[in-house]
Amino acid sequence: MKNILNRIPWLGLMSILAGLLAWWLVARYSGLPRFILPSPLDVRTSLIKALGNGTLLYHTCITLMEIVLGMLAGVAFATVVGYMLAKSRTLEKILSPYLVASQAIPIVAIAPLLVIWLGGGILSKVLICALIVFFPVLVNTVVGVRAVPAALYDLMNSVRATKLQILLKLEIPASMPILLGGLRIGVTLSVIGAVVGELVNAKQGLGYLLQLGDFQYDTSMVYVAVFALILLALGLYGIVAWVERKVLVWQEKK
Amino acid sequence: MPHTPILSVNNLSVVFPDNNGGLRALDDISFEVHPREFICFLGPSGSGKTTLLRILASLLPPTSGQVNFIRNEHPEIGMVFQQANLMPWRSVMENIKLPLELQGMDAASERVKAQELVDLVGLNGFEESWPRELSGGMAQRVAIARALIHDPDLLLLDEPFGSLDAITRERMWTELSRIWQVRQKTVIMVTHSINESLFLADRVLVLTQRPGKIKLDVEVDLPRPRKDDIRYTPHFGKLARKLREAIE
Repeated sequence: MKNILNRIPWLGLMSILAGLLAWWLVARYSGLPRFILPSPLDVRTSLIKALGNGTLLYHTCITLMEIVLGMLAGVAFATVVGYMLAKSRTLEKILSPYLVASQAIPIVAIAPLLVIWLGGGILSKVLICALIVFFPVLVNTVVGVRAVPAALYDLMNSVRATKLQILLKLEIPASMPILLGGLRIGVTLSVIGAVVGELVNAKQGLGYLLQLGDFQYDTSMVYVAVFALILLALGLYGIVAWVERKVLVWQEKK
Repeated sequence: MPHTPILSVNNLSVVFPDNNGGLRALDDISFEVHPREFICFLGPSGSGKTTLLRILASLLPPTSGQVNFIRNEHPEIGMVFQQANLMPWRSVMENIKLPLELQGMDAASERVKAQELVDLVGLNGFEESWPRELSGGMAQRVAIARALIHDPDLLLLDEPFGSLDAITRERMWTELSRIWQVRQKTVIMVTHSINESLFLADRVLVLTQRPGKIKLDVEVDLPRPRKDDIRYTPHFGKLARKLREAIE
């Protein structure tokens, strides 16, 4: 029992409660209209409604699906390209202008283009997510693979390991810490990517819900969507952090 | 000692390319190694000792000359490096098992063999430890166990105790000497420590400053098994002096 009590982050909970109280007080006594600052109670009403008729769950699932598919595609592509870049300086020289240029363009600027090309469905959002995840994961893959100690290559070669064995037993595990660092950045970015895509043109997803609330002056619905996005980002970040802890148990605890 | 050598090296030279005509690391090295012999290359830093071992391990091609392994062309090599060179994401046991894993041995036999080596190098109780939790001496024991587990034809030791403190290093000499007696491996070791070479080896070959040439080939006729106090006998002193004079 005492253990469970100790585990609850009391200070964090108190801080959230205090924040909600402050919000309520401002909303109650500032005289701001509801469509500018709804009170926490209005948001709660909207939340219960959105939960009750299933719209929140539906839109959250759509956005989550876009993020997960985008992440999978982006990470897969980035690690493969990153590995090849790490292995070949020539390829790096050929591709780096494109890679740097692709990063100079904000994703917000090309999102409309992608939606025009791929339509307002899920596919365009998946691609935006994949693009936004691509670069941090790519850079970290290159850095991670290049950071594999030369002495460990010597070890593997001295026991005549094959190229595949070197990849599986040396390069992948050795670059895992840096790669997972890139994934941690990528996962929060991909939430942004999905919402940007949905804001451009969509019929579903949390970005759509957010815009719908905005158009209808249903500001408390906007809040619901924003909070759902925050929870989604926190959850995904938490999953990556958890995987990181599991995979990197061998590292010194910080 | 059998008369057919396991390895013969003929007129081996290595030149590393650089801006003025190449850096000559090894110059016309020839020697033979017999089965179960413990050979030590002694030389100052920059005498190409590590280069020589890298060539024997096929990590580096020779510029000229031949390296012939008489019994089979591609012998199994076990190598211990200056640093323990363990994979930090593998436990002690998993690090030791690595060469067997690469050969595709089944998990049960791997386990048995690895346990044997753990016992041999005295790491009982540390099987599941992470490399970061080990002292330098313990890490180097893991490296020795890993180099022996696949029963290599040739064990190459590249200043394996160079990064250890003096007391641990001397303790590891006795350990290595004991392990060598048990395992009966052919060993080629490089070092810059006269005491280390005399304590461990059957034969010491002294290399000159770059480019490395063999300057002296000394039979170490000290009785085995060698105990710590052998280093204080007059004969040890005489041999040490001979080696010292050969090193520039």
